[in-house]
Amino acid sequence: MVVRQTPSRPRSSRWTALGAAVLAFVVGSLPTAAAAESADGAPTTLTLAVSQPVDSLSPFLAQRAISTNIHRLVYDYLTNYDAETNEPIGAIAESWEVSEDQLTWTFHLRDGLEWSDGEPLTADDVAWTYTTMMEDEAAATANGNFVANFEKVTAPDDATVVVKLAEPQATMLALDVPILPRHVWENVDDFASHNNDQDFPVVGSGPFVLTGYEPNRSITLEANPDYWRGAPGFDRIVFRYYNDQDAMVEALRKGEVSLVSQLTPAQADALAGESGITVNDASGKRFMGFTINPGARTQDGDPIGDGHPALRDRDVRRAITMAIDKEAIVERVYGGYAEAAEGYIPSRYGDYHWTPAGDERLAFDPEAANALLDEAGYERGEDGVRVSPDGERLSLRLHVHNDRPDYVQTGQFVEEWLTDIGVEVQGEYVDPGKIGDALTSGEYDLIFTGWAVNPDPDYVLGIHTCDALPVEPGTMRSDSYFCNEDYDELYRRQIAEYDPQERANLVKEMQQILYEEAVVNVLVYPNTLEAYRSDQIASIQVQPDPGGNIWGQDGYWSFWSAQPADAAGSSSGVSGALIAGIAAGVVVVGAGVVFLVVRHRSATAEDRE
Amino acid sequence: MTGTQAPVTAAAGSAPDRGGEGRPGRGKALRYIAGRLLTSLLSLVAVMFTAFFLFRILPGDPVRAMTEGRSVSVEQMEELRRQFGLDKPLPQQFVDYCLGLLRFDLGVSYQYRVPVVELIADRLWPTVLLSGTGTLLAALLGLWLGTRSAWRRGSVSDRVNSGVALTLWSVPTFWFGLILIVLLASGADLFPTGGMMTPGTTGAVAVTLDVAHHMVLPVATMVAVLYAQYLMIMRSSLLDEMGGDYLVTARAKGLRDALVLRRHAVPNALLPAVTLIFLNIGLVASGAILVETVFSWPGLGTLFYEALSVPDLPLVQALFIFFSAAVILMNLVADLVYPLLDPRVRS
Repeated sequence: MVVRQTPSRPRSSRWTALGAAVLAFVVGSLPTAAAAESADGAPTTLTLAVSQPVDSLSPFLAQRAISTNIHRLVYDYLTNYDAETNEPIGAIAESWEVSEDQLTWTFHLRDGLEWSDGEPLTADDVAWTYTTMMEDEAAATANGNFVANFEKVTAPDDATVVVKLAEPQATMLALDVPILPRHVWENVDDFASHNNDQDFPVVGSGPFVLTGYEPNRSITLEANPDYWRGAPGFDRIVFRYYNDQDAMVEALRKGEVSLVSQLTPAQADALAGESGITVNDASGKRFMGFTINPGARTQDGDPIGDGHPALRDRDVRRAITMAIDKEAIVERVYGGYAEAAEGYIPSRYGDYHWTPAGDERLAFDPEAANALLDEAGYERGEDGVRVSPDGERLSLRLHVHNDRPDYVQTGQFVEEWLTDIGVEVQGEYVDPGKIGDALTSGEYDLIFTGWAVNPDPDYVLGIHTCDALPVEPGTMRSDSYFCNEDYDELYRRQIAEYDPQERANLVKEMQQILYEEAVVNVLVYPNTLEAYRSDQIASIQVQPDPGGNIWGQDGYWSFWSAQPADAAGSSSGVSGALIAGIAAGVVVVGAGVVFLVVRHRSATAEDRE
Repeated sequence: MTGTQAPVTAAAGSAPDRGGEGRPGRGKALRYIAGRLLTSLLSLVAVMFTAFFLFRILPGDPVRAMTEGRSVSVEQMEELRRQFGLDKPLPQQFVDYCLGLLRFDLGVSYQYRVPVVELIADRLWPTVLLSGTGTLLAALLGLWLGTRSAWRRGSVSDRVNSGVALTLWSVPTFWFGLILIVLLASGADLFPTGGMMTPGTTGAVAVTLDVAHHMVLPVATMVAVLYAQYLMIMRSSLLDEMGGDYLVTARAKGLRDALVLRRHAVPNALLPAVTLIFLNIGLVASGAILVETVFSWPGLGTLFYEALSVPDLPLVQALFIFFSAAVILMNLVADLVYPLLDPRVRS
């Protein structure tokens, strides 16, 4: 606007334009700084950096970790998992009992529970939630697996829920299903298209209330001061989106966010020494490993794909696992932020974790692996690659996810180590979509895998049963084409075993079979690396305690327990003036353009004169 | 957006075809316009067909990607497949897709579970704001510096200008953005590290200033990486003009050097730059995926990137069509505007 007047008074107005621009920026930077400083008396906010887009805020539909983690904070569940031990504890249900025939579970609800809109939370809400998932296919999209074995759910009175099962089910205290307010949700027409993101605040019953959602920008939760376990420490939780992991770390350094999760070992090392930042090195929920194609087939026994026939030989599979140096992976790939693994269930779940004893161990020993292959009749050919008794060269494909740097590095080591025992490996470092395609089509030899294990191990054990094999090639639950009668028998027994200790023993026996058969080979349990600003968060509960993680807990412990630090001394105090200074610098670029136009016009005017 | 363009161009394309036969001079022009419109329309239709098949070649299963790491049963996966419409045979899916296009219905995103048209509309303005500003500033800066460089070719400032521009042009965008973040956002604490707005900001003035504050680094990155192409084009086309006889004439008339440049040389040298600007305006819609990613800008570029990783088929299809349509449209506009700017093309 200023520019248009310039021809008459060229020189002075040029400076006016620049001055006005600078002034605008100075004034502009003030409210921002003020907002940051007002943390003292006003609401305390814990900001978490996230990157995964929310798929749906409807608990009936949400599949992604970010969405289900938010549901943990805004809805209560029938039961919860203890912060220290991961064991099931009461939540909406205060106590429970099982009938003689083990098929009827009766839950007694806590007194005086309320929805965030003031309506009472009763047994009717619980029964309605489960029943809806049993009757409506769309409502079963996300959590239908939890109620698949339910015959009937009733609410004989406001404080009692009775679940009748078709078969005994030991996972009844691990139903990860958010309980929904019937008075709100029974008005929904179509559960498949209702995303629960239109009316805020969203009526819930957890320690926080969902009050705002801007897709891929931010999600805001406010504390529920009336929560039965007590009000949370922070007044507000904000999930802020960052698309780049390095930018996230910079945002933490700057104090823009209070908490960052899923750090790489290099990032954790870099942040470890910085003042005002605490790095949390937690035992991981995940295992990382690879499966060996044992001869992929359907449930009817029709072979699928083109796995190498020699891999049906258990000795070959065991030799392959013995050639891999897990300690080296821990040190060289994870920089020590991982644990060498043997059993299938990670060590953080102490009750279920299994380790081989004495002779059972398939320790790293290339010589023994070579001897095993020699004995089994796999002679080395002229090029050093072994040939099976049937005359097939031991030349194998290794499928590795190319989007995970730790997998890629591990894959490269595995290639090298297998060469030492006369097995030729072609690494195929490909998109995760392609990995999935290779698995479902059975067109692989060795393939990387990794799962986050829940406090209840039922599902991750179930993906290696014969039942999980595909009926026809295509959709399946199996992660390995593993099929073993003893394993299946143990699987059936553990799901019906209501005594936790007995069940844990069965789960350990299953892991022993997995280990001995060497189809599913777990390499390491990577640690979960997180960092938070200790000048914003004074204390925060980890799960399990000690040694546990903050983000992605089974429960709301971290965010519910977090206590704000004294707000003083955070990074934004000084910045107002500095922002103005640099803004002026940036304006110079813009002013350059202004300057050019001004000069152009004024010069033209002079020429005309 | 895309859908509305197609029928408009179709209608406009057929009308002049019929009426243009009477007068030879106008008829030729109309035939030219009709030809351009028809070509554009054909391109758009080809893009629509390609979009469907292109992304179905991508490896991966959207249902598997969406349920990764979840305790789902086969029944739940089949239910998702049904909700996504992936249980139908491919020809049926293609027919549904085409019928949907006729109704401007581009489907529902798998990962966001909302109509993709809404998603694109939501993300369009952040992208236009960022890429538009970046393209505009890059063009202005490049043209200005390019003119100066050519006019004083061989001078120190020419060499420095071209050198700096080419160095920035060859720097990886991602790396440059991160360096700016490390130095100016977390280091000097002057700018936000990412996003478009501080969560919880309210009030029109505060929001405008907050967005402007968030825009500085991404725009600076875009300009730094992009302005070289304008500079080089302007420089070389101006150098071509500088030998022209008409400039000698202008000087002989007694015009000052600066005036010769501004009134005579630059307007003629601008033509190639205009083409470039139109092409780049077409690309504004597709944003700058790398800049949007490193600065966590909630635009179409990041949306496309997220959609590809699933693959979220309805969303990638729609974005592909949308991006292509924007380029096709701007090419068309350039074709139509060019004869107005350059008399040589008219004859």
